[in-house]
Amino acid sequence: MTLAHTFKTALRGLRVNKSRSALTVLGIVIGITSIIVVMALGAGAQDLILGQVQGLGSNTIVVIPGREPKGPSDAPQVFSDSLKERDLEALKRKSNVPALSEIMPIVFGGDTGAYGSETYRLTIFGASDLIAKIFDISLSEGAFFTEDDVKGRADVVVIGSKVKDQLFGSSNALGQKIKIKNRSLRVIGILAKKGQVSFFNFDEAALIPYSTAQQYVFGIKYFHRFIVEAKSTAEIPQTVRDIQATLREAHHIDNPSKDDFFVETQADLAKRLGSITDNLTLFLASVAAISLVVGGIGIMNIMLVSVTERTREIGLRKALGATENDVLSQFLLESIILTGIGGVIGISFGAGLSFAVSFILSRVLAVGWAFSFPVSAALLGLGVSAAVGLVFGLYPARQAARKDPIEALRYE
Amino acid sequence: MEGVDTVALDDLSLHIEKGEFLAIMGPSGSGKSTLLHMLGFLDVPTAGEYRFEGKKIAEYSKEEIAHLRNKKAGFVFQAFNLLPRTSVFENVKLPLLYSDVKESLWDKFAREAVESVGLAHRMFHEPSQLSGGEKQRVAIARALVNKPEVIFADEPTGNLDSKSGQLVMEIIQRLNEERGHTVILVTHETYTAELARRIVRMRDGKVESDTAVNHRREAKDHFKK
Repeated sequence: MTLAHTFKTALRGLRVNKSRSALTVLGIVIGITSIIVVMALGAGAQDLILGQVQGLGSNTIVVIPGREPKGPSDAPQVFSDSLKERDLEALKRKSNVPALSEIMPIVFGGDTGAYGSETYRLTIFGASDLIAKIFDISLSEGAFFTEDDVKGRADVVVIGSKVKDQLFGSSNALGQKIKIKNRSLRVIGILAKKGQVSFFNFDEAALIPYSTAQQYVFGIKYFHRFIVEAKSTAEIPQTVRDIQATLREAHHIDNPSKDDFFVETQADLAKRLGSITDNLTLFLASVAAISLVVGGIGIMNIMLVSVTERTREIGLRKALGATENDVLSQFLLESIILTGIGGVIGISFGAGLSFAVSFILSRVLAVGWAFSFPVSAALLGLGVSAAVGLVFGLYPARQAARKDPIEALRYE
Repeated sequence: MEGVDTVALDDLSLHIEKGEFLAIMGPSGSGKSTLLHMLGFLDVPTAGEYRFEGKKIAEYSKEEIAHLRNKKAGFVFQAFNLLPRTSVFENVKLPLLYSDVKESLWDKFAREAVESVGLAHRMFHEPSQLSGGEKQRVAIARALVNKPEVIFADEPTGNLDSKSGQLVMEIIQRLNEERGHTVILVTHETYTAELARRIVRMRDGKVESDTAVNHRREAKDHFKK
């Protein structure tokens, strides 16, 4: 029998028991829907996170103190004090890292800022005058601090838009002094609204020269990060090697496994974060897949009932010349059509549901969440549902195909 | 019963010529249905040999046997065995689905077969809307749609009143006489058996007698236009 006719025959078989077919399909619909939702939201989360990472330019290299984390659970040692002023000087030397175009040390932490009786919990960010360029941030009023401010440990601060609103309300902030750790800092600039960049919300930040931050706010003599810009993307690998060599020499390290720092490029970071969301998505999708197995067992159950009910039909078809393969493909196709329909419905439900969730996340919760519907998830969903039909339909279909025509015809 | 072998057919030798009209008679349990099933490729002998058109059936593969059933045999069952919720036309077309007849000819063949049993006006009715006699005539149309060599009829009138039964037998007789189909009929009614040209009587799996019908009766021709 041709495939087209097997298909028609299978479809007719399903139409006879419409409501039963529909209920059986439901199990697959739920399974596929949940997989699609998990995958779409996973992809959305990944886009969001990678978007954050790309807030820093693609030529950016970050030098982090402490040992490199070996796995997702191995957090970097933020409090390691291995990056010092002399490391900064060494890295700045052209002979050490020729492809380095910019380097900016940063220190950061949280503390309370006060203006008069108003207080606000700030993210304090000590950086150099390169901060505007490296993080691509701009001011709505005033100016950034200069190289001289950094050198002279000037008591100046550039505040985020939210900080300004919280501490000053609608009154003028420029030239006013806010108190952080009992040090009065003069407001010289206010940032334009920016939102989250690289997991850092500049709207809630106070930017001060790193020298000022080290000396007066945090009381430390080391840095939390070096942000390095390479001259070009092509020179990133060489720059990474140069930075490593320079720092190892400065720290007297012979064995790279004893490094007390590590270097991360934006690509590394994207890969690391990507693998975290990938694993999370995979885990959630596998949980959702369990419901597919349950749905598949439902299919198998109904197909077995159907094969028993239609024993005489099977006997008749065999008597009229149907081969075992004809009968096998008829019943196999019935279950694949069932799960295929379930798959298509599940994919559309999943797409609709993940769109709704994306909409809620982006509008109601104001997260920069874009609806992302991975075509790969749709194809996977369709493939998986067909595979479920094949796997769970095979046993009932074989039962049908192997029936003896005479016994089947006598079945009451 | 499991573990107990029942011998359905024993020491049986039969030769059937092309174009014959053979009736197999015998009490229930005599093995007449088993014999019919074997002749119709639905069952295979555990011992002994069945040759069809000179070739041993044991040498055919499962696929080839399915093909034989489709191409060489047409079955008419006592219980009609029509597909429910499926039109007469579609029921008759069913064997063509498994055949190597070109698809463009299917509708024509099916229509001709339905017309030849006088049910053109019932073409798109479903079995539930038909009388017993009409159902059996649909089954006959289905049996002959593939133009088989042999038509196997297992108690075709068993579930019918005598008038419908007569009509069914007329059609079967005509298929043998006018179209040259070999007909093998299982029945326990002498009246029906006497419509054949040869009667094989069975008892306990053995052939009791094998006689030609001398005074062959014609099923009264209600059916001629």
